[in-house]
Amino acid sequence: MTTLIDAPPTDADGLLPAAKKSTGGGLGQYILIRFLLIFPTIFILVTMVFFLMRITGDPITAAMGGRLPEDQLQERIQAAGYDRPLLVQYFEYLGQLATGNFGRTLTDNRAVVEMLSTYGSATLELSINALLVALLVGIPLGMVAAHCRDKAPDAVLRVFAILCYATPVFFAGMLLKLTFSVWLGWLPVAGRARTSSELALTSLEAPTGIYWLDALRSGNMAALGDVLAHAVLPAVALGLLTAGIFLRLVRTNVIGTLGRDYIEAGRSRGVSEYRLVTKHAYKPALIPIITVMGLQIAVMLGGAVLTEKTFEWKGLGFQLANYLTARDFVAVQGIVVLLAIIVAVTNFIVDIVAALIDPRVRY
Amino acid sequence: MSTTDVPIPVANPREPLYRRLPVISHFTKSVGLQRGMLVAGLVLTGAFVLTALFAPLLAPFGFAQLSDADGSFPTQQAPGGKHLLGTTVGGYDVLSRVIWGAQTAILVIVVAVAMSIVAGVVLGLVSGYIGGWLDRILVVIADAVYAFPSLLVAIVMAIVISGGQSSLVGGIFAAGTAITLVFIPQYFRVIRAETVRLKAEPFVESAKVVGASNIRIMTRHIYRNATRTLPLIFTLNASEAILTLAGLGFLGFGIEPSSAAEWGFDLNKALADTTSGIWWTGLFPGLAIVLTVVGLTLVGESINDLNDPRLRGRRRTGGKNPAPVETAATAAEVRNP
Repeated sequence: MTTLIDAPPTDADGLLPAAKKSTGGGLGQYILIRFLLIFPTIFILVTMVFFLMRITGDPITAAMGGRLPEDQLQERIQAAGYDRPLLVQYFEYLGQLATGNFGRTLTDNRAVVEMLSTYGSATLELSINALLVALLVGIPLGMVAAHCRDKAPDAVLRVFAILCYATPVFFAGMLLKLTFSVWLGWLPVAGRARTSSELALTSLEAPTGIYWLDALRSGNMAALGDVLAHAVLPAVALGLLTAGIFLRLVRTNVIGTLGRDYIEAGRSRGVSEYRLVTKHAYKPALIPIITVMGLQIAVMLGGAVLTEKTFEWKGLGFQLANYLTARDFVAVQGIVVLLAIIVAVTNFIVDIVAALIDPRVRY
Repeated sequence: MSTTDVPIPVANPREPLYRRLPVISHFTKSVGLQRGMLVAGLVLTGAFVLTALFAPLLAPFGFAQLSDADGSFPTQQAPGGKHLLGTTVGGYDVLSRVIWGAQTAILVIVVAVAMSIVAGVVLGLVSGYIGGWLDRILVVIADAVYAFPSLLVAIVMAIVISGGQSSLVGGIFAAGTAITLVFIPQYFRVIRAETVRLKAEPFVESAKVVGASNIRIMTRHIYRNATRTLPLIFTLNASEAILTLAGLGFLGFGIEPSSAAEWGFDLNKALADTTSGIWWTGLFPGLAIVLTVVGLTLVGESINDLNDPRLRGRRRTGGKNPAPVETAATAAEVRNP
């Protein structure tokens, strides 16, 4: 039963009753069913978030209560339609979502969707950087741990993995900041880039919003260096969290494949131990990583909120934290729903990639 | 090696009761590095629990105390002298707040884990036993919540319950409930899967034949068998609860500093200090979080390894252990924000 917790949600028994019956179903059918499953997931989350947020009352009182006189408050509540029955509001909200309208923030009256285009790329950049760090740290160290199984390096790496998991990203970020920015002065304290390079990059034609990509495309090497210097600490803080998980996954899976017959066969043919670990045992051990990466996207987005606040990295999470502080719950609800959709869609993509790579995933 | 695939019960029923208790039986089973990890985890966890219990005696000052007989505390004072770990920008004593923070953390863990176990076990039993459309719906809901970043779920719940700001009791319940919602799907999945498996066992069939009611079968026959893995999930979730609480506190959803001490909230306040090189306000609450989580994780992982004969180290057996498998310990880790 413990393995159930391991399995990504889509693998849990019972979730895919239709898919399970069709044992002979092809890839196309699997993709279709998996795609259709996105909608109930989003629907459930949207419904839950909507009703939970409204149990406590209307958002206007939460944001402005105490600061506005009672009659003005009522006026604004009426104007926004928050005095109507909850179900009417709910269906109206669903209708708005279906047309891509995620509402407007209360405090600064901006469209929530616009926020995705403005800040989404920053969060995407942070996640990509962190994922790179996690893979670059986790996979080689996992192979080392598997190779030195039950010896001193393995024990050290195991403690390292636990430390990665036990350190909150914001504490790791704070320590990194103290060491490398404040004391050593090697790296910038916060933000995504200097104002000058930010200006240069945003004034580009059709910017992707991912700064290092933009800098590379325009060949602006000074800006690239600046952007990379800013990116290091947040990426390491968020990446280490996942690196510990990758390390352990690679370790257990490589140990598992090292015991297989084909490895023994390779060894008897005189393949070196190094090659056995890095080529033969390593590749099949990667499949579970792709599956787990799906779960990691949710973890990373949660961590990104904290990392962005720590490093004033102006992404979706930073905005979320700001609106939380301002008690603008319309904005919070909008961003949370937006993130729910991102998670559901990326999980879908990861599942499809996993199915393409490993046919056993398809039922 | 085929015999090792059969799960060996950790406690031998013929041994005296105290040796069959969860942690003690694990200790006697352990050996070498595994015993070291278990002991290290137990020491850290013990220190955490003792600190929480005796916080009023250990802490030199109150968590919200700003002055004593000699006058107001200095602000942002470096560690040393009267304030062993320094003072914060608001003039609180860092050491005292770190010690009191343990009490808040343990209260939140107890509230969160107790509530999520009750809710998760009941839902899991009912869903797995009754099956049908109810089961389908509950599974889809649980999976939806499970796939969502747990910190965001906790944020939504924290808004619902307290609107953000709160007193000690209110804050603890707000944080506890917020974490509960994150954990219910985990307990639900484990218990449901076990229930579905046990439902087909002959002893349930026999109970039905002799006329036991559904309630009785659920509460006596299945419940007893389905809840064996709970102590393990408990330790793993306790560490996740601390991290979620700290995350909430860091985002400003903590408990007001005048009502209780909370590590995450202190780190939030310390963030602004780092740029001016003030390290003591952030370092110590952060270390408290890390050490507590490491302790709980070590205990949880050791129990997990020792429960699984394939992972358990042996005193002197020939041959290598077969390949270990990914277990609940790593699974919980995978989930963490």
